[in-house]
Amino acid sequence: MTGSAYTGPLGLAAGVVLACAVATLWRRDLRAVVSVLALQGIALGAVAAVLAVHFRDIGLGVTAALVLAAKGLIIPALLRRIVRRDPGSRETAPLLNVPASLLAAAVLIVLAYLASGKITALAPGTAASLAPLGLATVLIGFFMLATRRKAVSAITGLLLVDNGVALVTFLLTAGLPLLVELGAFLDVLLVVVVLWVLATTMRARLGPFDLDQLRELHD
Amino acid sequence: MLIYAILAVPLAAGTVAAAVPWRPWAGWVAVAANGAVLVLGAILAAGVTRGHPAVAGGGVLRADALSAFMVVVIGVIAVLASSQSVRYLNAEIARGACTARHAALYTALVQAFVTCMLLAVLAASLGVMWVAVEATTIATTFLVGHRRTDGALEASWKYVVLCSAGIALAFLGTALFYFAALHASGHPAGSLDWTALMAASHRLDPGVVRLAMGLIVLGYGTKVGLAPMHSWLPDAHSQAPAPVSALMSGVLLTVAFYALLRFKAIADGTLGPGYPRALLVVAGLASLVVAASLLIAQRDYKRMLAYHSIEHMGLIALGAAAGSQLAIAAVLLHILGHGLAKGVLFLASGEILLAEGTSEISKVPALLSRRPVLGGIFGFGLVALLGLPPFSLFASELNMLRAEVAAGLGWAAAIALVCMAVIFAAVMAHGRHLLLGEAPAQGSRAAIPRAVAVPLVAGLLACAFLGVSAWPLQPLLHAAAQVVAS
Repeated sequence: MTGSAYTGPLGLAAGVVLACAVATLWRRDLRAVVSVLALQGIALGAVAAVLAVHFRDIGLGVTAALVLAAKGLIIPALLRRIVRRDPGSRETAPLLNVPASLLAAAVLIVLAYLASGKITALAPGTAASLAPLGLATVLIGFFMLATRRKAVSAITGLLLVDNGVALVTFLLTAGLPLLVELGAFLDVLLVVVVLWVLATTMRARLGPFDLDQLRELHD
Repeated sequence: MLIYAILAVPLAAGTVAAAVPWRPWAGWVAVAANGAVLVLGAILAAGVTRGHPAVAGGGVLRADALSAFMVVVIGVIAVLASSQSVRYLNAEIARGACTARHAALYTALVQAFVTCMLLAVLAASLGVMWVAVEATTIATTFLVGHRRTDGALEASWKYVVLCSAGIALAFLGTALFYFAALHASGHPAGSLDWTALMAASHRLDPGVVRLAMGLIVLGYGTKVGLAPMHSWLPDAHSQAPAPVSALMSGVLLTVAFYALLRFKAIADGTLGPGYPRALLVVAGLASLVVAASLLIAQRDYKRMLAYHSIEHMGLIALGAAAGSQLAIAAVLLHILGHGLAKGVLFLASGEILLAEGTSEISKVPALLSRRPVLGGIFGFGLVALLGLPPFSLFASELNMLRAEVAAGLGWAAAIALVCMAVIFAAVMAHGRHLLLGEAPAQGSRAAIPRAVAVPLVAGLLACAFLGVSAWPLQPLLHAAAQVVAS
């Protein structure tokens, strides 16, 4: 594969990952947010797939297939099951409204570019130059964790952080050793299952709930 | 062979517990398995202290003196905690709060949790270590929520969300170390093995390592419970069943700290000690200040113990910041001493909760006169935790402070001492009410069973013995400190 044939799709897929992160802040309808997350998972899988083809790396190919299956299909399906039982589920009252959130996202993207100067300096090239997109996704994930109130939004924030970390890892290192990738993959899947079980149990006890309602514990 | 056995034995006990319908003997099998871990860990420690690190699994597993020391610590606390799990489960089943299936699941998860911690300290690769630490979060989430009250569910939700987000940063940091190794000047070292990264540490790019180490301290720091990433800890540790709190507070925090020590050694090689030291001093002092300010008005004795853990993690962060061999040896002794004392105290607090039905300090006065054995254990546990002689925490705190002064961190040691004085006064006030106070006219005065008292007293005696003379551990501590000291 020639250089340009590889950088085009790579840049596109990485760009989609960040665009999806911003879109999760923009949409309040939680069903739409889950669909956006699925698209982000597919884009992340595509990044891994493009790199796997470019480097002829079978291990990374396996990782790409797993990412596509887990983050494109399984995890969104689990989240849809939480959302479906909560009709008209919307992020009703985020701590920061949508326009302000989008502005904050813009600031975070700039910050990500500033923070990754050292990284891009060490390994000039297309892949590393895209790393700030992943870092920005991580920051937007933390922002979502801090400002949104629904359980599904918290899971979304966590997945944004995780997808951003995965994107940076793919771009900079073309995948960690396969054993580590597999373990990390399994961990993420289990965390989502654990959160899904917890959210279901809490709904059974509390009805549809906001995280604000969790205030039993304080000092 | 030894390493495989250490991982396989506790896991096998967990599998047995999951496979058969719950009976108390399954719990005792788990205790025996954790006891075997302790014995095997001691044999491993004796081997690696004298000779070379042990390697297994085609280089995936590796045990040096530091790993072996952590295996011993995990073994000690696991025996102590699982010996009380049977009692906890029987009590829960008796009051109808827990089914046999949940009891079996509990035992299986505790054993999985112990195995994950062992894997974390025995992994050769920093990536595998990360996977194991994250797996501990998954294994413990349902344990934190095991009592299924609203508070317990809330605590487990906060716990898994915050720790997973934090640990994702640690993964990013690990990946950046790998990236730096791939682009190391000279020849690239495309590996996450700690030994390979140590060997290449002086050739890594300082800019990337600085960013990576910051992420590592934030990420693993969340799991250690260092301020300002500590907010999950008081909830999780106070809501979990007592044996789980003992394991989480006694060893899980320090297993995460072990990960920090490994990364700090690499970063020291690349950047010199200044930058990692600054990170640890800031996190350590912040933890001490947070613990001191929130302990003063604490009303719940389990939360009091949890904030006390934040204090001790702050102290070992400061000790590790000093970084000399004396400092690291003291940090390791402190890890063991804190594990013992905090384990005993959480188990005793579970017993108090069982007997009194409340975890509010104001509603549990005059334990010493009403329940002399339990009150005595709790009292001596507090004395140990506050760092008074003859317990080992006195010796390790003294040595850490000395090392900090020697490393030019005297000002930080001074701030730490002020915080410790505040905490001392606050905990003494709470403890005085709990232990002495005014005894109510009526109230139950039942004694605790010997199966509860003996392990707890043994734990306190071990902590005191280590304080008087740490000679059986001295060569191991020395060798383990040498592994990561700067």
